[in-house]
Amino acid sequence: MSAPLAVQVVPAAAASRIGKAGFVIGIAIVAVVAAAALFGNALLPADPFTQDLGNRLKPPFWMDGTESAHPLGTDQLGRDYLARLVYGARISLLIGIMTVIASGLIGITLGVLGGFFGGRVDDVVLFAITTRLSIPVVLVALAVVGLLGSGLGLVVATLGLLLWDRFAVVARATTMQVRTLDYVSAAWCAGASTAHILVKEILPNIASHLAVVATLEMALAILLEAALSFLGLGVPPPLPSWGLMIAEGKDYMFFSPWVIMIPGVALFTLVLGINLVGDGLRNLLGTERLR
Amino acid sequence: MSAIEVANLRREFRVRSGLFAADKHVIAVDDVTFGVPAGGVLGIVGESGCGKSTLARLILGLLTPTSGSALVEGKRLFALDRKARARLIQPVFQDPFASLNPRRLVKDIVALPLAAQGTFTRGEIARRVATILERVGLSAEMGDRMPAQLSGGQRQRAAIARALVLEPRIVICDEPTSALDVSVQAQILNLLADLRRDLGLTYIFISHNLAVVEHVASEVAVMYLGRIVERNETDALFRRPRHPYTQALLASVLTPEPGRGVPDVGLGDTLPDPANIPPGCRFHPRCRIAVERCRSVAPAPMVGAGGAMVECHLA
Repeated sequence: MSAPLAVQVVPAAAASRIGKAGFVIGIAIVAVVAAAALFGNALLPADPFTQDLGNRLKPPFWMDGTESAHPLGTDQLGRDYLARLVYGARISLLIGIMTVIASGLIGITLGVLGGFFGGRVDDVVLFAITTRLSIPVVLVALAVVGLLGSGLGLVVATLGLLLWDRFAVVARATTMQVRTLDYVSAAWCAGASTAHILVKEILPNIASHLAVVATLEMALAILLEAALSFLGLGVPPPLPSWGLMIAEGKDYMFFSPWVIMIPGVALFTLVLGINLVGDGLRNLLGTERLR
Repeated sequence: MSAIEVANLRREFRVRSGLFAADKHVIAVDDVTFGVPAGGVLGIVGESGCGKSTLARLILGLLTPTSGSALVEGKRLFALDRKARARLIQPVFQDPFASLNPRRLVKDIVALPLAAQGTFTRGEIARRVATILERVGLSAEMGDRMPAQLSGGQRQRAAIARALVLEPRIVICDEPTSALDVSVQAQILNLLADLRRDLGLTYIFISHNLAVVEHVASEVAVMYLGRIVERNETDALFRRPRHPYTQALLASVLTPEPGRGVPDVGLGDTLPDPANIPPGCRFHPRCRIAVERCRSVAPAPMVGAGGAMVECHLA
């Protein structure tokens, strides 16, 4: 019952230092990937689409037999692997960001409305969330892409329409918390419109929670896109998505393991970085709640 | 002429009590009737859970009443839309850390009632906000700060400025000082008193602090389990309380002398349950002078000279 409160495995100060370091590393990773996605292909001499069958499966710089023109080697069609990796970052981030925007719009709207109005509106929102949670994301994504053909826009639309549930759950719960606070009551008594109360009084005060969800969803969307591309149902070739690069390389992995290792490590690092940013945001939020 | 006239106000809550049990009805506010003269201060006192905050939320329109009416300047308050109601009546809440949006500038918070009306120009709003900030003792420069940069007392001043910027007739103060440091409480109470005198405001002042109510109110209503059980002018009520509950409340005030201990007022240890209101007089289980009639017959309000009212068979 009365356990001493001082017992902590990691002292709080050290834990917060580790948390801060993680946040900084996460931001650095995401910043590097974003910079590569934005400027990489403009700076690199090699083109991600030019094939050179005489130079197939050249190894990266830390192995023997490297071509100096291809620091990360070439793939099974002789295309420069660094250029393809950098172009793939663009695709991954684009899909992550677009999916978060689409699913965030849907989820936050539903969640805030349900949480604020309660009653029948909330019943409808809860039913929508339950329905959505009972749909297996990967199966539906596969079916849609299989029926309508693959493409960047279609992947974004499918994932955006499927990944809004966590936004809705978090937006609904935090809105329910905030709407009972006195400043919302005061805005109501001041005669403010419902739209003003939702957008100016509630949304800014739940935004930090939603930012954490956004990072999680972005990481999830990037992984799902890679999975879909790996199955050949995501981004169509010759666009170099990281998942597609792994899929194309898997036939050569026993003799040229770097062709799946390089995009695999890139995927792992980016998702780790995004999740570190999410954790850091949550920690910032935790101290903020103490005022 | 009454500034606000509340008649037979009642609010029930239905409480789910499980899958198979019947829902319970909690009567939070039961047949409350009172009027406050223009420029007056009605203090409402009672224990936690007696319905005084629910009463405030009903009058403010944050809850809809089950039945009853309220008139302000001859207008039916519950039929007005939010903008029209905001021009008549405004709240000051208890906790100034919760009543100011932490993500907005103080001047935007104070300007909200004006902006919501949609009839004021930007310049007009800025001018009025600066004036009212100065009036409540904040410099106009404080408007450019966030609420987190203000002290508790400054925040409550900002909340008062927001309540007054639209020049309402009535201000509902729901425990406006109980979240503040003792040193700041007196400043805020004096500010509220000055503003009432200068602007001709009418207050409904809710508190559990009898000393504060005695200081600010011109008339006091004592609530018990959703009903007003006694109402009288402040001096008369504090000098000669008639309801045994009022007598117990006044006896429960700690004396300033140390060593006297906590007074025993004979109310017992059990708190009243609004979901399970006793038959007859609702106070009889805790009343030390209850007689047989109190257990079966609910006392009718007895209105005496000067509008004093008490609900007790024995008063």
